[in-house]
Amino acid sequence: MRYQPLNLGRWIIWGFTALLMIVLPLVFKSGFAITLISQMGIAIIFTLSYNMLLGQGGMLSFGHAVYSGLGAYIAVHALNMASKGQLWMPLSLLPLVGGLAGAFFGVIFGYVTTKRAGTTFAMITLGIGELVFNCSLMFPGFFGGEGGITTNRVFGEPFLGINFGPAIQVYYLIAVWCLLSMALMYAWSHTPLGRIANAVRDNPERAEFVGYDTQKVRWLTLIISAFFAGVAGGLACITFEIVTAENVSAVRSGGVLLAAFIGGVGFFFGPIIGACLFVYFVVALADHTKAWLLYLGLFFMAMVMFAPGGIASLIMMQFPVIARSRFKELVPHYARTGATGLLVLAALVLTVEMTYKVSVDSANGTMMKMFGVAFDAAGVVPWAIAIGLWIVGGLLFDKARKRLAHAWGEIQADIAGARS
Amino acid sequence: MEFFAISLLNGVSYGLLLFMLSSGLTLIFSMMGVLNFAHASFYMLGAYFAYSLGLQVGFFPALLLAPVLVGLVGALVERYGLRAVHKYGHVPELLFTFGLAYLIEESVKVIWGLPAVPFRVPALLDGPLFTLYSTSFPKLRGFMMLVAVAMLLSIYIMLTRTRIGLVIQAALSHPQTVEALGHNVPRVFMLVFGGGCALAGLAGVIGGVAFITEPSMAASVGPIVFVVAVVGGMGSLAGAFLASLLIGVIQTFAIALDWSVAGLMKTFGVAVTEQTPLYSLLKLQLSEVAPVLPYLLLVLMLIFRPKGLLGTRAD
Repeated sequence: MRYQPLNLGRWIIWGFTALLMIVLPLVFKSGFAITLISQMGIAIIFTLSYNMLLGQGGMLSFGHAVYSGLGAYIAVHALNMASKGQLWMPLSLLPLVGGLAGAFFGVIFGYVTTKRAGTTFAMITLGIGELVFNCSLMFPGFFGGEGGITTNRVFGEPFLGINFGPAIQVYYLIAVWCLLSMALMYAWSHTPLGRIANAVRDNPERAEFVGYDTQKVRWLTLIISAFFAGVAGGLACITFEIVTAENVSAVRSGGVLLAAFIGGVGFFFGPIIGACLFVYFVVALADHTKAWLLYLGLFFMAMVMFAPGGIASLIMMQFPVIARSRFKELVPHYARTGATGLLVLAALVLTVEMTYKVSVDSANGTMMKMFGVAFDAAGVVPWAIAIGLWIVGGLLFDKARKRLAHAWGEIQADIAGARS
Repeated sequence: MEFFAISLLNGVSYGLLLFMLSSGLTLIFSMMGVLNFAHASFYMLGAYFAYSLGLQVGFFPALLLAPVLVGLVGALVERYGLRAVHKYGHVPELLFTFGLAYLIEESVKVIWGLPAVPFRVPALLDGPLFTLYSTSFPKLRGFMMLVAVAMLLSIYIMLTRTRIGLVIQAALSHPQTVEALGHNVPRVFMLVFGGGCALAGLAGVIGGVAFITEPSMAASVGPIVFVVAVVGGMGSLAGAFLASLLIGVIQTFAIALDWSVAGLMKTFGVAVTEQTPLYSLLKLQLSEVAPVLPYLLLVLMLIFRPKGLLGTRAD
């Protein structure tokens, strides 16, 4: 065996993550905050499991919610049986049930889907997703029809005073599973299978020549990924105490794709950022605007066009610059681009919200309030302001962006020059 | 007999509508390698544009104008969005159109609202075309078939008999050579993308009046269109045509039939009660299973004939 020095940085990062998870609910004590971080924990597992396919295996799936959703359904049935006393099982192991169920469906569906790669794989996963979603209306006994299956997570005698009634106890259960899943998925990416999955992603033909069955690699990857998706499903079942057909829907599958990509599929920590951001978007933004999905969609498209590596790659790109202490040259450019970008954003938000008010929500009059100012959305002045913001903001942003790109290019050229 | 004839006519007209959608998707895919996830969204845009235009200029001018507008939107999307993503490869392109689908659906919700808009059949197309035995066949369905066949013929003539059609066909297989001969291939791509979107828009105008014009119409038809494209064989126009008709007919027949395995067993004298194992599976009627059939067909096709009905490549 090769000598491996203790990777101190890695231990610090994982330790810090664990500490953060313990401390967060002690700092933010409100019920809303606990709900938010609980959902973030679930989303992190789900998004990381998705990235096993997209980032590590190069499989673009449009039906990943099938595994988390079916995992959640099996979990909710198991939970109902356990509370009736037909099955002995502590609640804390329910995510494992969900995970095993997810893996089981991964074995079945994965056999079909992983026969192909690339675009066709994406289409088949879409088809399987629709298949399962439509089945939910056909089998009301298992899927609970329109109302879904409800449950109660509190049953049996409390163990050490823990009965998982309060949300905070559920949060810590999620935190433990989240940390465990993160560690396992990270470890998986370093196993031979994880490495070969990367090879199959990058060049399936060569991987086949070396003697690996690419379909089998994809299949195994999908099964493991489906397991973790099922774990997330089981945790969601505990948190919400209801599982509906929405859990297996295309909306869920699309959401996890958005989250993973926005965070960045090229790095392990990318989907974690994406999951937190996505949950924040869903929970916080949905309260303020009806058009939150519009903003999310636009943000996603902007990422695809200008930063295909996601937020994680944007962060990682800064490190070589920081290491050569050239970062301070970029700070004014970032500030300028950010400020002018905010102008464009304001123009966008103003336009969208006023359009919504005038065209859809005008039954109660066209008066509205934004940025603390009340105005009439049907008036000329607000629209003139919006158009002005678009023009001024757009021009300034374009200028700032070009100067930033120029400065960035110069620094990169210097770095490359110093290296050679 | 009566049931069979009417269902067949309905199935064929639905299949032709599906083909209007899948032909554009297939053209774009075979040309650019881009699977346009937002294709059904352009279908929806066609319906909404025609609704708004129809209020101003009437249905028939809107039938012509709306697809042109949709095509224009599609061309702009290709020129200023997709072309920038092209250099990253096919998966980011697919993701781009995926985001676009979100964007269009949400924009439609913001502009036209969440409930369905009252996009109605014009008086000229309202009412029965003819009556077969006792069931009538609506004029609108006949019009749907007419438009689809006219469109099919004009695509065929354009692709095989005109100069631009020849350039498109050549650019399908040998883009570099075509470019070397002095043709502007990116512009041809833009034309094809815009054209494909316009076809979807045309289907949307018809589909909008025939069914219901609401923000979820894209999400309900989108997956079916992908099934058609895969079952027919990715990139094969003739395959898409066959698969469209097949799925259209299968779905129309299935919805109208109440056959079930339990019923079949009963005719053979096997009693099926609630105590029978798998009762919930056995009692399912064909009409209940209908929404799932296209996806089942997709899965079966991929297991037994991965390249699709008339496809030539397996990937």
